[in-house]
Amino acid sequence: MTTGTAVAEASRRPGHRPQAVGQKQHRPWLMYTLLTFLSLAWLFPLVYAVLNSFRDYSYTSVYGYVSLGGWTFDNYTEAWERGNFSQGFINSLIITVPAVLLTLTLASMFAFVLSRFSFALNLTLLALFTAANLLPPQALLVPVFRMFLALPVPEWINPTGNLLNTHLGLILVNVAFQTGFCTFVLSNYMKTLPREMYEAAEVDGASVWRQFYQLTIPLVKPALAALAVLQVTWIYNEFFWATVLLQDGTKFPITSSINNLRGQFFTDINLVAAGSVIIAIPTLVVFFVLRRQFVSGLTLGSTKG
Amino acid sequence: MAAAAPAPTTSSPPTTGGGDGRRRRRKVSDLSKLKARDKVVVGLFLGIPLLFVLTLVVFPALASVLLSFTRWNGIGGLGTIEWIGGKNYSDIVSIYPPFWPAIQNNVVMLVFLFTIPTVLGIYLAVLLDKELRFTWFYQTAFFMPVVLSLALVGFIWQLIYSRDQGLINGVLGTTIDWYGDPSVNFYAVLVATGWRHTGYIMLIYLAGLKGVDPALREAALVDGCTERQTFFRVVLPVMRPINIIVLVITVIESLRAFDIVWVINKGRNGLELIAALVTQNVVGEASRIGFGSALSTIMLIISTVFVIIYLRVVMRDEPGGAR
Amino acid sequence: MNRPSSEAEYLARIVPPSVAGTRFTRRSFLRGMGVAGAGIAAPALLAACGGGDDAEPAATGGAGAGGGGEVTFGLNESTGAGVPYDRNIAAVEAFQEASGTSVKVNAVDHNTFQEQINNYLQGNPDDVFTWFAGYRMRFFADQGLIGDISDIYPIEGIGEGFVKASTGNDGQQYFVPEQNYPWAVFYRKSLWEENGWTPPTTLDEMKALAADMQSTGIIPIGFADKDGWPAMGTFDILNMRINGYDFHVSLMAGDESWDSEEVKEVFRVWADLLPFHQPDPLGRTWQEAATSLQNNETAMILFGLFLTEQFPDEVDDFDFFTFPEIDSAIGADAIDAPIDGFCMSANPANEEGAKEFLKFRASPENADAQNAAGFTQIWANSNADLEPLSELQKKSAELIAAQASIAQFLDRDTRPDFASTVMIPSLQQFIGNPEDIDGLCASIEAQKQSIFATEES
Repeated sequence: MTTGTAVAEASRRPGHRPQAVGQKQHRPWLMYTLLTFLSLAWLFPLVYAVLNSFRDYSYTSVYGYVSLGGWTFDNYTEAWERGNFSQGFINSLIITVPAVLLTLTLASMFAFVLSRFSFALNLTLLALFTAANLLPPQALLVPVFRMFLALPVPEWINPTGNLLNTHLGLILVNVAFQTGFCTFVLSNYMKTLPREMYEAAEVDGASVWRQFYQLTIPLVKPALAALAVLQVTWIYNEFFWATVLLQDGTKFPITSSINNLRGQFFTDINLVAAGSVIIAIPTLVVFFVLRRQFVSGLTLGSTKG
Repeated sequence: MAAAAPAPTTSSPPTTGGGDGRRRRRKVSDLSKLKARDKVVVGLFLGIPLLFVLTLVVFPALASVLLSFTRWNGIGGLGTIEWIGGKNYSDIVSIYPPFWPAIQNNVVMLVFLFTIPTVLGIYLAVLLDKELRFTWFYQTAFFMPVVLSLALVGFIWQLIYSRDQGLINGVLGTTIDWYGDPSVNFYAVLVATGWRHTGYIMLIYLAGLKGVDPALREAALVDGCTERQTFFRVVLPVMRPINIIVLVITVIESLRAFDIVWVINKGRNGLELIAALVTQNVVGEASRIGFGSALSTIMLIISTVFVIIYLRVVMRDEPGGAR
Repeated sequence: MNRPSSEAEYLARIVPPSVAGTRFTRRSFLRGMGVAGAGIAAPALLAACGGGDDAEPAATGGAGAGGGGEVTFGLNESTGAGVPYDRNIAAVEAFQEASGTSVKVNAVDHNTFQEQINNYLQGNPDDVFTWFAGYRMRFFADQGLIGDISDIYPIEGIGEGFVKASTGNDGQQYFVPEQNYPWAVFYRKSLWEENGWTPPTTLDEMKALAADMQSTGIIPIGFADKDGWPAMGTFDILNMRINGYDFHVSLMAGDESWDSEEVKEVFRVWADLLPFHQPDPLGRTWQEAATSLQNNETAMILFGLFLTEQFPDEVDDFDFFTFPEIDSAIGADAIDAPIDGFCMSANPANEEGAKEFLKFRASPENADAQNAAGFTQIWANSNADLEPLSELQKKSAELIAAQASIAQFLDRDTRPDFASTVMIPSLQQFIGNPEDIDGLCASIEAQKQSIFATEES
């Protein structure tokens, strides 16, 4: 942080007039054009698909998709009813919210210790958590299934005596899997926080917990917000663990509700598309809500007084 | 253990004001300096996540490595597991046709993701870091592909790439078999993957940029740097940890790349990827647990190589761990 | 969650109110509880709750309580699947009416159910579940994962062929057949009449016909193998026509070499026919191929009867013929006709009720209940009423009845790990490169030996 501090000192020189950050380039219209063009290109496939989800399958299966006509809203109403989405959404909520909260909590705690203190096993633990994220979850499906089958739990958790077919089991697995990635990301973000801040707090007599809760967490909010969006997306869209650990058709999360719209042979893919669009809405909402968090940004000026 | 405060430890000299930037290697662990209550807090902070990861990830991963030396179908007690030594591995490299194409595809994906989507994502993040109008629109547009579920992504690209009913062939009048022709289908997948990866990187980098002290940039501008110089000489070095995140994420994504090829044709006929091969063998009725575990152990070994590289990079700045 | 304070509360908690597709269940379950055995069973259940042993709460009436009680049923069609789900519910309701035993349906979507079958059976399977005949059923029987149900046989109307298909390796029955469907060559009647084409009976006739079709600009044979399994239909029928049914069965069991002249001959004949097939099949889904058939871009396609579900409005304009003979010494009396049905899990909570339900599902009454709901395949029970079914279905029933031998389709006749990890990619490789038959067969044989190594012959 040599450069940073020197520059920071410089900016506090009397007579310095801070210039606006984010000064426009010489040709702002070029940038806007580029961004607009790219954004539209990025949105196009999705828009095209959403448009086609408003079309009747019996029409598009005959005339193809590069055509006009067959417009209907029925796919959406039918998808909602047939896919039993309300139940799927509730299940997804039960799984996703605790899992994301728990993951971010555990990851920020672990990352805090890793980035704040130096000790013998520091790098080993970081490596372990990073490596834990590199395996495909599919490799661990069978061992985890057998583990859950063999592990007895008290009956009040699940009458059958094990963690299979419970939402709790699914939450635990998701947390374990995502913690590695979040820890890795957060520890890197936390490393950008200046040491002086902690030293000042220590001088003030702040305990480790206070340092964590009142200093670190507020300052990594952009990262937490970004991670929250990603975690919600991944855990919400996850389907392999759900199919392995759950057996009861009424407990499956929303990702499996899409499969409810497929028959053994016949699949109305326009209907499936409509269902997928409905399913994507919560993740979009989360993104919109949290977007400002990691956009607004916070300065690292806590060393000043 | 209530560690009595040892003789005052020499904390390293503050690393402000330039100096020579040399970090003093700490001989004494930071943790031993803590009060008892703080130690409990630290213990919990480390212990609980560790418990989760050890039991639900590390232990099954080790089990998976062990299983790679066996033949097993996942059914029946542990007694039905048959030890066959390295036969799975020798089969994989000699008689299993999808393996080498998969390795090749993973490498191609790694190179592709590094050069185009990652760079583009960083560039977009830098552009969007400025206070522009409509920035919400741009961010949403690029990030949208990341939040979509697999079913929707599959439908989207099916609409575009289908040979008979897809948009590309419909508009261009061609009959290119985007999904079925092994010489082109992986490129189609790369486009779809890049579509998503760009927004992902943009998000991570933007969050990092937002955390950079604006005073740095101001001072650089005062010192007469252009925008480009400001970025490359001031911002980029400060963003080093974030840069590392982005690089590691790209490697993870290319090694673990899986869902798009899975939803297209389950990773066959030119779309082989290691993670898809693992899934083909483990999930479903196939249940070649030993064989699939061998494939995933190979993945683990390759990933470990990258983890070691990552650690080398991290250790180069900060010997001993934390700052 | 605290202990229930009364029997009513306990019972109410067993059946979650949000259970989908089981609106019958709550009524009928509680009704079932009230009818018989409730007085006896309830204190036992409460004791079980207090004692902390993990008896299935749904295990009512299992202690020989006769009519009444409940059977749990794992269905491989989800609640939103439309007709396949509806007709199963129709069957369930009919059974409940007839027997007084209630059925609790656990509906899981088709693919998930099938893919998770190993975990399902080792976890807490339902008493009865949907499955199919073939290798996998026999394998589960060997592993002790499904129950012996020989005592419900003989079932009137279930012929010897079906009984044989329901038998495990130890000679006992483990499966109850409900329906099946043939793989045949489908075509549009009006198109063929218009062009003066008639169904061929030998391979040479077929090739001549195909050449004629090409001259009119229509692709003779539709083809789609993006998902990997449709091509198995072609392999199966060619193998049965060229080498005979017995060789095919033995090849599926791993007892013949894939590197043999017989198998290579199959691929050679197929390579010869490929120019008449729709080009670029590896990127085409079978639904798209059905569309091609419907749009008269292609003239015929070898597929299962369920193909017609793609165009329900035009189904009457379609007909089929069995794949022509290739070797006159072998003829054309063997086809793929996969059988769907049910098994009982190894430790059902209500064994008697389960067997009753199984027997019902193979009966003509079951057919009656489902015909009304919309059935698209063929009943296994020869006494089932075919009258409400379409012409195509009736003809299919006749075709199946006329066959001397029936196979279950490659991915059900052989080891599933071999079928999915070796055969699918290998067939796709063949389609992409039909020249290198020797290399292909050698590769298949090497992988097969590795996989089948544990099989005791």
